[in-house]
Amino acid sequence: MALLEIKNLSVGFDTSTGQFMAVQGIDLSVDAREVLAIVGESGSGKSVAMLAVMGLLPKTATVTADSMTFDGHNLLTMTNKQRREIVGRDVAMIFQEPMASLNPCFTVGFQLEEVLRFHMKMDATTRRKRAIELLQQVGIPTPEERLNSFPHQMSGGQCQRVMIAIAIACNPKLLIADEPTTALDVTIQKQILDLLVSLQAKYGMGLIMITHDMGVVAETADRVIVQYKGRKMEEADVLSLFESPKSPYTRALLSALPENATGDRLSTVADFMKQEAAISGAPS
Amino acid sequence: MTEIVLEGRNIVRDYHVGGSMFGKAKTVHAVKGVSFTLEKGKTLAIVGESGCGKSTLGRILTLIDPQTSGELLIDGKPINIARDRVTPELRRKVQIIFQNPYGSLNPRQKIGEVLGEPLLLNTNKTAAERRDLAMQMLVKVGLGPEHYNRYPHMFSGGQRQRIAIARALMLSPSLLVLDEPVSALDLSVQAQVLNLLADLQDEFNLTYVFISHDLSVVRYIADEVMVMYYGEVVEYGTRDEVFSNPQHSYTKTLFAATPRSDVESIRARLAKKKAAA
Repeated sequence: MALLEIKNLSVGFDTSTGQFMAVQGIDLSVDAREVLAIVGESGSGKSVAMLAVMGLLPKTATVTADSMTFDGHNLLTMTNKQRREIVGRDVAMIFQEPMASLNPCFTVGFQLEEVLRFHMKMDATTRRKRAIELLQQVGIPTPEERLNSFPHQMSGGQCQRVMIAIAIACNPKLLIADEPTTALDVTIQKQILDLLVSLQAKYGMGLIMITHDMGVVAETADRVIVQYKGRKMEEADVLSLFESPKSPYTRALLSALPENATGDRLSTVADFMKQEAAISGAPS
Repeated sequence: MTEIVLEGRNIVRDYHVGGSMFGKAKTVHAVKGVSFTLEKGKTLAIVGESGCGKSTLGRILTLIDPQTSGELLIDGKPINIARDRVTPELRRKVQIIFQNPYGSLNPRQKIGEVLGEPLLLNTNKTAAERRDLAMQMLVKVGLGPEHYNRYPHMFSGGQRQRIAIARALMLSPSLLVLDEPVSALDLSVQAQVLNLLADLQDEFNLTYVFISHDLSVVRYIADEVMVMYYGEVVEYGTRDEVFSNPQHSYTKTLFAATPRSDVESIRARLAKKKAAA
């Protein structure tokens, strides 16, 4: 059985102009030891679907699904209290802005140990030992000193490493990374991606990479889901997606990559939408 | 004979970090002697990671900050804003577009006013003329006259970057400094904005200084490439020279770090993974 299995997930938001459907009928499953990438532009609902899994959506959102199970737990019927026990321990999430996701008022060590205290009920000395070990694992030099640093004293790449350390602190079964490298430089991006993939392999985690960068997909994923306007356009293993993309939207995304430019112009997704509309008449 | 629009000779910029009760004063060498020439209608890309001094250099070229030493020549005339006032004529020639289209527009200013303001400050055009020019520019960057009375929050990121480009072009500059203009944008929006920049360059014979850390974008848009590392230029040459035969180890590191999305690399990665498992 898959680690995370979602069938027919829809998420709507109540707005002043009626309900807006951010996700419409997405099926998704991830196995342990698998790297799944979800690709799409902003507004394609890729983050919203994962926030629904984590139960982090605001009250204005309505989540419906035929089924949504994680490791045998039914996420649809779960109470908030039960959910809090799983989230952060068995399934953890890393966000895009490392600087914004750490609390500026507390030291890195405090924030790291908070997870261990809450989920693992460790005492102070074991906590400290484990925190140092975790910072070592994510490649932060002199972890003993770094535990007393505040987030603003560290660079963006280092903050993201701390976020990863917090996420893997309780040996999660599933790690969700929401655009983990978008705010970072290419050289740092490479380091963070390598770190995520090596940790994933070492601990046999399931990893979901949410991204809009086809390069990141090519470097990390086993399987890819392409999403557009809340719908799934294509699902394929990474090689066949790049080799022979089935959906015209995927083809449009790939041809928008600057390295795939033919001639002077880059083709855009808008071009693709025009072609689609011309072929199929009015879009459904 | 080709016309040199921009030339830098050994440009240096130091920042003095003030001493206080918490620490001693020190000097940060942000740019350490950069020299280059740029011809009219060409694009020079400045590449490097954050903190390498590429934006500092961009600010010097746009006459926002003065250089500490060295010479900056625009259209062959030496310019030193620490000594002389910047004339409106000079301000017209050089314009800048910033990275974050959400931060570079005033949320309480309508788009029409955003576009009219450079004309109001630097020219003697009447309100009606300013309005006409702003309308025309909106159409040129792929928006419409109906956007004239809207506020920035009503636009998407890509549209806002178009507005920033329109504002920069209002004074018909000859040199445009683009500080990471597409890093905050999605892949397909990025493609649209890059296409727009290429079209505008052809139409107005613009010269671009394109600051970026994304090598795939640089490879697409640049004629010449300058790689900076800790304030120094470690590599400078035409695009083909730099991309086909990088000399410096830092350039090679940059290339190695850029994600590869061709089928062969994916196949190689998957094979390696299988072997490790």
